[in-house]
Amino acid sequence: MLKQSDIKKIAWLARLEIAEEDTPGFSRDLSNILNLVEQMDHVDTSSVTPMAHPLELSARLRPDKVTETNQREQLQSHAPAVERGHYLVPKVIE
Amino acid sequence: MDWEVVIGLEIHAQLATRSKIFSGAATTYGAEANTQACAVDLGLPGVLPVLNEEVVRMAIMFGLAINAEIPPRSVFARKNYFYPDLPKGYQISQYELPIVSHGQIDITLEDGTTKTIGVTRAHLEEDAGKSVHEGFGNLTGIDLNRAGTPLIEIVSEPDLRSAKEAGAYMKKIHAIVTYLGICDGNMQEGSFRCDANVSIRPQGDSELGTRTELKNLNSFRFVEAAIRHEIERQTDELESGGKVVQETRLYDPVKDETRSMRSKEEANDYRYFPDPDLLPIEISPDFINEIKTSLPELPDARQKRIMKEYKLSEYDSSVITSSRDMADFYESTAKAACSVASLDVKSSKLTANWIMGEFSAALNRNSLDIKDSPVNDEMLGELIKRIDDNTISNKIAKEVFDAMWNGEGTADEIIEKKGLKQVTDSGAIEKLVDGVIADSTPQVEQYRNSPVEKQGKLIGYFVGQVMKKSRGKANPKQVNELLRKKLAKD
Amino acid sequence: MHNKTLAELSRSLRNKEISSEELTRLLLDRCNKFNKSLNCFISLTEDKALSLAMEADVKIKANNAGPLTGIPIAHKDIFCTHGIRTTCGSKILDNFISPYDATVVKQLESAGMVMLGKTNMDEFAMGSSNETSFYGPVENPWDKERVPGGSSGGSAVAVAARLAPAATGTDTGGSIRQPASLCGITGLKPTYGRVSRYGMIAFASSLDQGGPMTRTAEDAAMILNAMAGFDERDSTSVDREVEDYIAALEQPIEGLKIGLPKEYFDERLNPDISQIVHDGISELEKLGATVTEISLPSSTLSIPVYYVVAPAECSSNLARFDGVRYGYRCEDPKDLNDLYCRSRGEGFGREVKRRVMIGTYVLSAGYYDAYYLKAQKIRRLIRDEFQQALKDVDVIIGPTTPGTAFRLNELMDDPISMYLSDIYTVSVNLAGLPAISVPAGLLNGLPVGMQIIGDYFAEARLLNVAHRFQQVTDWHQKKPTGYE
Repeated sequence: MLKQSDIKKIAWLARLEIAEEDTPGFSRDLSNILNLVEQMDHVDTSSVTPMAHPLELSARLRPDKVTETNQREQLQSHAPAVERGHYLVPKVIE
Repeated sequence: MDWEVVIGLEIHAQLATRSKIFSGAATTYGAEANTQACAVDLGLPGVLPVLNEEVVRMAIMFGLAINAEIPPRSVFARKNYFYPDLPKGYQISQYELPIVSHGQIDITLEDGTTKTIGVTRAHLEEDAGKSVHEGFGNLTGIDLNRAGTPLIEIVSEPDLRSAKEAGAYMKKIHAIVTYLGICDGNMQEGSFRCDANVSIRPQGDSELGTRTELKNLNSFRFVEAAIRHEIERQTDELESGGKVVQETRLYDPVKDETRSMRSKEEANDYRYFPDPDLLPIEISPDFINEIKTSLPELPDARQKRIMKEYKLSEYDSSVITSSRDMADFYESTAKAACSVASLDVKSSKLTANWIMGEFSAALNRNSLDIKDSPVNDEMLGELIKRIDDNTISNKIAKEVFDAMWNGEGTADEIIEKKGLKQVTDSGAIEKLVDGVIADSTPQVEQYRNSPVEKQGKLIGYFVGQVMKKSRGKANPKQVNELLRKKLAKD
Repeated sequence: MHNKTLAELSRSLRNKEISSEELTRLLLDRCNKFNKSLNCFISLTEDKALSLAMEADVKIKANNAGPLTGIPIAHKDIFCTHGIRTTCGSKILDNFISPYDATVVKQLESAGMVMLGKTNMDEFAMGSSNETSFYGPVENPWDKERVPGGSSGGSAVAVAARLAPAATGTDTGGSIRQPASLCGITGLKPTYGRVSRYGMIAFASSLDQGGPMTRTAEDAAMILNAMAGFDERDSTSVDREVEDYIAALEQPIEGLKIGLPKEYFDERLNPDISQIVHDGISELEKLGATVTEISLPSSTLSIPVYYVVAPAECSSNLARFDGVRYGYRCEDPKDLNDLYCRSRGEGFGREVKRRVMIGTYVLSAGYYDAYYLKAQKIRRLIRDEFQQALKDVDVIIGPTTPGTAFRLNELMDDPISMYLSDIYTVSVNLAGLPAISVPAGLLNGLPVGMQIIGDYFAEARLLNVAHRFQQVTDWHQKKPTGYE
């Protein structure tokens, strides 16, 4: 069972604001999902190679050519906040 | 207590491709903000990465250059974290299966010995964008032009034992990537960057001490300075009974100190997993062989060849070949300096001295790279030719060099214009010598009364006087010979 | 006219019985009329539709038309459409105007198809009922109190209510086949890599695949002919020749070997649905197919595996929605983390948050091996069992869903039960295989689908079997009442 503190930690990692009153609900739902998922434990997979992808193919490579032109105006036309070509965010402290 | 220093370096070298690692946007440095950030670089909904083949080729070149393993299969993984200069919320990198592993390089230490440093791995990844903190009031501006630029991250074993070794290692890696032509090596523009993991432990201990990570070491000088400071700081900390905290520290070159970066509320949890948008890179032995046969000459091989071909010392040849630019400049200058078809030992040596001496000093004084030098290989070669054929003395050559540097023309033009041609007419020189001997009766006395082994030293005075009278133009060798002959008389 | 299938419309257009403009106006009118209650469209693109229709008419007039020229289609709002709002059913993309077209959208447009609008869907395709959409639930035209299934619920309803002859959908765990089944239409999920994913907003990259949703298998074949193909912008797209899916439709299926997985017909399946599927299989037997029982033991674990793999990938895929470069940004963020947490907290709905959090958890330090790696291993077992079975049989047949359409709100607070409605569909995505759902009967007035699963790149075979089935049955011709 995931504790409410676990939910807060996960929500922080995922940068999701979760209202205080919603935490118990998420804690219950996520725990139920994990219970479902834990059915996997019954299978012995010690000799199985993980499969990351349904296609067992290899990477296709692209020639090193510049194919994209400057589309800044269009790409920034619906951005939340832009100034002199830069996307704006609250001050980042390093 | 005696402490042993343990250092490992992580070097990020930008691969010199035309387009980005996963998109067709240009990688040119210095473009206006976000004009080289296409839909893929911006992480727009629905876009997908496609790998640039040149990036794979360059990584293999590097792997071959450091005698590393190039496994038949490597995998891209996502490193997940939130940062405004990281558009997708993850960086495509390599984690469990890097493209290059287990390499090594030799570094030459100050005492002339060499030491082998292990390279744990080198993996491919995409660069992040840039945060601009000035000029946007209380906001930060984000420029994503650099986002998606290909990087190779080169991780050393913790084999380095001093700041000097770390500097030598970094220089060597720099030389290798620039020789290979896979990175422009420009540190001001951030094409070649370095982080260092530093720890100390009591001499003889086998367990590693707590390490700190130093960031922002973007010049050879900073790496050594920052590491030296950090070693001192850790030593002071431990010797005064304190502890070293595992943290990231930033080197401030202005204050010349390292300081702790805002400690994160928690350890990073990057949640690496194989990138499902990219399939594994598979590399065939044929592909590796094809690259192997087209590898350019590497620093170690070039040093040996130049030493042999130009008859330089081990030391001179290693300085000359420490960068590809310098080695290229040396070879073309030496060829220009040579008046005969084959190289001659004298002008080769003279060229080496000039490049390591006057020329490097002038570059340093003006903070210039070789390719920006106002004196090019042809010009310097001509100057050396004039020393070699006795048109001017080495001393006058320095005056000519300064004039060339200031844009006053070629060596021959300057010699001509300023009348600096060496006086080799023996009659003229004899006149000068006679004059000096006549004016220096006490010194002549002293010379003649001294034992032969002391005369060698005393003759310097007369040479100096003659040269002064000739305004440096008399051939010193001729002056010397004539003086010895005349002073021995009577 | 709106009751005609895509193939019929194609003939009517080229015989000049109707112009594309007339057809488009007629369907747009229907969309406007019925969308108020059905809510199957998020956006109707009337201007774009009419201009494309007029272009098509020029081609038709010049006898320069392909089979799809002038035929209207609805796109799931997960496909990026240049200059047109693309929301993915989420508040976080409510204001997002895509600056580019998805490859699928481009391909269908260059085949001459006319985009009518963008269909409603579960938010980021996460759901099986279309109830997680920021734009509200979609009604099932067969019963307004019931869900249409999801996540391609809007597309399924647009086709079922005859508002569009075809729609695009995407299928990550059943999102084409399950709503097709619940709405009584035909839905094909192609082999992973057959259809480009470029411009299709990613939910789970190793599972997502776009495909056609139509009334008949023949119509699906026509659309797939234009949709399938290699795309150099998608590294996971397969460079393999596209068959002519139409050409294969009429092949006899005599001797076809059908496998029935016993795990698909166990006690969890509604017995009436089991009967309907068996009846459907009998029809195929009459056409000369033979049936054998097979076993896919690991497929019973496909839901657990899926709920590790899909959330893991989505937690990362959805990290880009951060309020910095596009999409929703919260009001007055007090600092950077506030910007992230509130933009995402306010922009994503509950189900998306659940899955992002599960994915974040299963990938985090200390849990990766137990969850993610374990799931990847069982994923291989599932795939291997399919491959083994497909050595002996040509297709695998079973139910598409364990029940008929459920009531609105019935499962909204019970995510686990909702997840289990995909029990027969997700294993196919984990394996990357193609599968088609075809209408096979009605239960209490609600449609029931039959699922046909094939080997990799056997889309032509699936469409052939489905087409043959539809030639001897009329379930695909049944339509909900009240939409004339």
